Amino acid sequence: MSLRIVESALAAMHRFAVEGYPHEVCGILAGRREADGGEVCEVVPLLNERADSPQNRYKVGPLLLLSAEEDIEQRGLEIVGYYHSHPDHPSRYSDYDREHALPNMSYAIVSVMAGVVSDTASWRLSEDRTEMHAELIE
Amino acid sequence: MTVEIRIPTALRSYTGSAARVSVGGETVEDALAELVDSFSELGRHLRDEQGKLRSFVNIYLNDEDIRTKQGEATALGDGDVLMIVPSIAGGNEAEAGSRS
Repeated sequence: MSLRIVESALAAMHRFAVEGYPHEVCGILAGRREADGGEVCEVVPLLNERADSPQNRYKVGPLLLLSAEEDIEQRGLEIVGYYHSHPDHPSRYSDYDREHALPNMSYAIVSVMAGVVSDTASWRLSEDRTEMHAELIE
Repeated sequence: MTVEIRIPTALRSYTGSAARVSVGGETVEDALAELVDSFSELGRHLRDEQGKLRSFVNIYLNDEDIRTKQGEATALGDGDVLMIVPSIAGGNEAEAGSRS
């Protein structure tokens, strides 16, 4: 599997991650879904509702997510996946990420170390939900 | 009762790409059971190992969260619409509330 992220979308995702540091930021990867991954042409930031622990958790509730996704789809784009940041932690998924992951979606994670983007990785949930597989970011 | 269940994008690969599926049932639980009977691979993503709905799975009956009604025991009427609406969540390996 591979995920193509256009340069402007990747730059925007990194900018949001740095601006939100030391809190986790999150949002939607919008573009085109494909059998072997997808293409992201836009990232749509969403409010992290985890005010109790924003430095290491994010959550977007169902109604806000549904509304944002409907807006994206009305513009002719598809939901390819979601992104979030890991402030001062690696871009590898956590067990908490895996437990809450939806299947058939890309999960991009931006590692921000001391306020600077360190790296970005993307993951997809395995069918049995026991792990997430890395996918190539192009 | 025959009701329609709306399937989110992430789960449509298990319903043959269908965004809407018609099922029968007297309660929300019945309707979800029939859905999973028809599309068995959907089950593990809707419910955890204890059979509870996963925390990111939200069920709306005619635009109302079933948690504000009788949960999965909520009775259905003919023509009702059930929506499976995911939420998203995650975070790094540290425990919630820790400073690292």
